[in-house]
Amino acid sequence: MIPRGYRRRKVVNALMLSLTALCSLLTMSILLFILGYIAYQGITAIDWDFLTKLPKPVGETGGGMANAIVGTIKLLLLASLIGVPIGFLGGVYLSEFGHNKFGFLVRYAADLLNGIPSIVMGIFAYTILVLPMRRFSTLAGGVALGIMMIPIALRSTEEFLKLVPASLREASLALGIPEWKTIVFIVIPAAMRGILSGITLDLSRVAGETAPLLFTAFNNRFWSPGWLQPTASLPVMIFTYAISPYEDWHRQAWASGLVLLMLVLIANVSARWILRKQL
Amino acid sequence: MAKTKSIAGILGEARRHLPRAFGSILAQGSKTGLRFGDRLFRRLTLAFAFSIVALTLLIAYELYRNSVLSIGKFGWGFFWSSTWDPVFQNFGALPFLYGTLVTSFVALAISTPVGLGVAIFLSELAPRWLSDPIAFLVELLAAIPSVLYGLIGIFVLVPIMRSLGAPYGVGMLTAGVLLAVMIVPFITSISREVLMAVPQAQREAALSLGATKWEMTWMAVLPYARSGIVGAIFLALARALGETMAVTMVIGNRPEIKLSFLEPGYTMAAVIANEFTEATYDLYINALVEVGLFLFAVTIVVNALARLLILSVAKKVEVRE
Repeated sequence: MIPRGYRRRKVVNALMLSLTALCSLLTMSILLFILGYIAYQGITAIDWDFLTKLPKPVGETGGGMANAIVGTIKLLLLASLIGVPIGFLGGVYLSEFGHNKFGFLVRYAADLLNGIPSIVMGIFAYTILVLPMRRFSTLAGGVALGIMMIPIALRSTEEFLKLVPASLREASLALGIPEWKTIVFIVIPAAMRGILSGITLDLSRVAGETAPLLFTAFNNRFWSPGWLQPTASLPVMIFTYAISPYEDWHRQAWASGLVLLMLVLIANVSARWILRKQL
Repeated sequence: MAKTKSIAGILGEARRHLPRAFGSILAQGSKTGLRFGDRLFRRLTLAFAFSIVALTLLIAYELYRNSVLSIGKFGWGFFWSSTWDPVFQNFGALPFLYGTLVTSFVALAISTPVGLGVAIFLSELAPRWLSDPIAFLVELLAAIPSVLYGLIGIFVLVPIMRSLGAPYGVGMLTAGVLLAVMIVPFITSISREVLMAVPQAQREAALSLGATKWEMTWMAVLPYARSGIVGAIFLALARALGETMAVTMVIGNRPEIKLSFLEPGYTMAAVIANEFTEATYDLYINALVEVGLFLFAVTIVVNALARLLILSVAKKVEVRE
């Protein structure tokens, strides 16, 4: 005997479960569409000039974004110089000595920092660097990105150091090796791959940040010598070119979109690859 | 002489009066009679850890310091006034609050069911070999820079919206849809983790009572994970509130309050992105920074709530197992 409502329950079951599968399918196809569309538009738009030449004056077609590519690399370099040491050493503190209220406070501050919208980080870099120096600069942009790198560098360092087995530390300490040497030469190398993957992931995240650069690194149609001049960067170029009315600039926006996407995806995937080799 | 004494005095005072957390820091190393190198290393890492706290405080202070003019002139009225008129030096942030609320609401309304659906599929239905790669791909969606979402938005989504009958193509609905795609990965990945943390016994109990797989999910798994899922939604909300580039590129950037979601609007983050370099006098900049300060405060509160909710699930699982 079949209970009442049995068939209805079966139908609801099948319906809802296939809906969840449909959601997954939808999300997957959106991702594939975005990646595919950027790749398609980018490949048809990119050429050798794009990678090696400076932007042409407004209105002329052709030219490239060599300065923006170099600008992005410089910004990321500066960001790592600021974000990685603070995040890394702070993470060492948290994992090795941070089992106290102060450690809790640092974790909390890092969580706050992580949640701050990137545009607000731009305002901060603007008020501490651009206003006093009275100029937009690579430095200001790098600082904004660097601060954004801190929380993830911190937490991934802490997490991976914590995974190092206590027996390793104890063995070293039992041999009479000082605590700091144990940490620097035994514990950190054991966790190095994990930390490296965390930092690579961190870099891939800030590489595409645009908002904090708008009024710190600003933009530049020429090469930006040194660190104290405004500089072009790929994300800001994409923004500027995409909202412009020129057909050729749209083409270049797609080309730079492809370059940026490749940069981010390669960093992202290699971070996971580094990690997989360890575990 | 007197000066050195007073410095020592101040240090002593500080040690006595600082909260216990700081007291234990100052004492660290010296108390345990550590070697010089060890003490140096501790202090070094401590200094870097401390700089993170200091930095966070500095950001809050700088935001406040640079919005003082606007706070002083407009007070709370800043958030109730809907005139944003740089020419007559009159600033009210209501249109941006409205735009931010509408776009975030639209984004959550779309991405919550979809993101949760994906999470349920991944944790309850899909076998491991399918679930892991899909989870990875969903996270890849979060890795795409927001300016690229904006690019897709301008050249793909806006024409689609126009062909569907939106008068301008750009507008609050368009921005909301784009945001929805961007925050799905946040909802999915955290919900999935929360769902996977639900004890297996919970599922077995429901199944043994004759529940279908969906009834099991709906009646036994989801309620158990409820606060964690709400936490995931809050985390996604915090992202949506602060999201700048993609929204700026498709919302139309008009500081007006329109009831129709199809009309152009403006969000807090977008107005900062667009007008900051054009702000020519101090009050204007201060007004923009005040918008940033408010955004900062709101995202901190939303993030903190999210974390509390997610933690509560983790605790529940720990206690019961």
